[in-house]
Amino acid sequence: MRITQGAFSFLPDLTDDQIRAQVQYCIDNGWAVSLEFTDDPHPRNTYWDMWGHPMFDNPDAAALMMELNDCRKVYGERYIRVVAFDASHGWESVKLSFIVNRPAEEPGYRLQRQEAAGRAIRYTTVPYAADKPTGARYG
Amino acid sequence: MTAVSTMETETPEPIPSVIDLREEFETSGVKEVLAELDRDLIGLAPVKKRIRETAALLLVERARRSMGLAHEAPTLHMSFTGNPGTGKTTVALRMADLLHRLGYIRKGHLVSVTRDDLVGQYIGHTAPKTKEILKKAMGGVLFIDEAYYLYRPENERDYGQEAIEILLQVMENQRDDLVVILAGYAQRMDRFFESNPGFRSRIAHHIDFPDYTDDELLGIAEKMLDQQNYRLDPVAQKSLADYIARRRTQPHFANARSIRNALDRARLRQANRLFETARGPLDAAALSTIAAEDITASRVFSIGTGKSKGEAK
Repeated sequence: MRITQGAFSFLPDLTDDQIRAQVQYCIDNGWAVSLEFTDDPHPRNTYWDMWGHPMFDNPDAAALMMELNDCRKVYGERYIRVVAFDASHGWESVKLSFIVNRPAEEPGYRLQRQEAAGRAIRYTTVPYAADKPTGARYG
Repeated sequence: MTAVSTMETETPEPIPSVIDLREEFETSGVKEVLAELDRDLIGLAPVKKRIRETAALLLVERARRSMGLAHEAPTLHMSFTGNPGTGKTTVALRMADLLHRLGYIRKGHLVSVTRDDLVGQYIGHTAPKTKEILKKAMGGVLFIDEAYYLYRPENERDYGQEAIEILLQVMENQRDDLVVILAGYAQRMDRFFESNPGFRSRIAHHIDFPDYTDDELLGIAEKMLDQQNYRLDPVAQKSLADYIARRRTQPHFANARSIRNALDRARLRQANRLFETARGPLDAAALSTIAAEDITASRVFSIGTGKSKGEAK
């Protein structure tokens, strides 16, 4: 099941040229771009691992593309996203975030039911991938 | 999200059947850059000639590309060799502008670095540092001053080698993304290229910066003073010419940079002289005229030409 998080996730995967154009758009707006990766695809998992520092003073998207290719070499079987932060009002806030790399196989989610007091049922979703320990989830 | 609009697939432009190079030359802005170069930089005739040739080559290459005759991005990495103060950094700035206008680099900024900015002090420190600089320079020009300091053969565990390897890799694989200009003294650069053949083969353009002649230095001095709204009186002009001839024979002569320093000190002496001798109000002409005595007071005149022991600064 293809996970849909961030911008463009209902579109076909962006090509590298399209990623570059998006990143250049962010940089031209004065936003700092950075790369993050994870192997826990749960939608409420907001704390992804950082790949290097946010890139504050690189005028060209080629810098991020170089890092992205390096990151893919190491974590090509995980989710990688580009995050663009805007600091113009005094604190860093996310302006744009989109997935640029995903595992070849995305097994999706299991629906779990929990019986609570008075025949109430609580639902939750658990990624199948999370059954395995981190680092051994994909590939 | 407005960013989506940039994602539309580009329709390929029709291939032109003829190209007017003269028109390309004028509309691309190359003409202005070359004219500025001619106007603002005194002397450097061989450098200007090489730049004009390079510009012509790149213009033709661009035309060939738009006709679909060439596909490979040309190698644009350069080396500037010459003595200190011969205008290498200034020309590198113009070169960045030129490449930008021709569309070979996307941003046209210049990042000027030396060994300290690339090489770390500890193991594992160099690669991130070099990469950080490379990332900053992408889309523009990376200018490495005194590049031969990167390679220190006397210390085989020197981290400079690591920086060199990363540089070479990026110079080869990301030719569209950045242009590297190495600069330094001619002889030491030659030795550097001998011991790092990888660099030699990746650099297409070697430009040699000659020393300025005495007349050219005088012209540069006048230009510098003019920019600061100073002028030389006729006697001072003669003594400055004399100063340049003497200064050249002394150690640590750095062409235009020595002249700039000499002028700074002349301004200091002028201010001192005005302060001590002036009685009553001074007019603008007095405040902006440098007299012969401001120049002849320099140590350069008191030291015998050619056989000085001390540093003439």
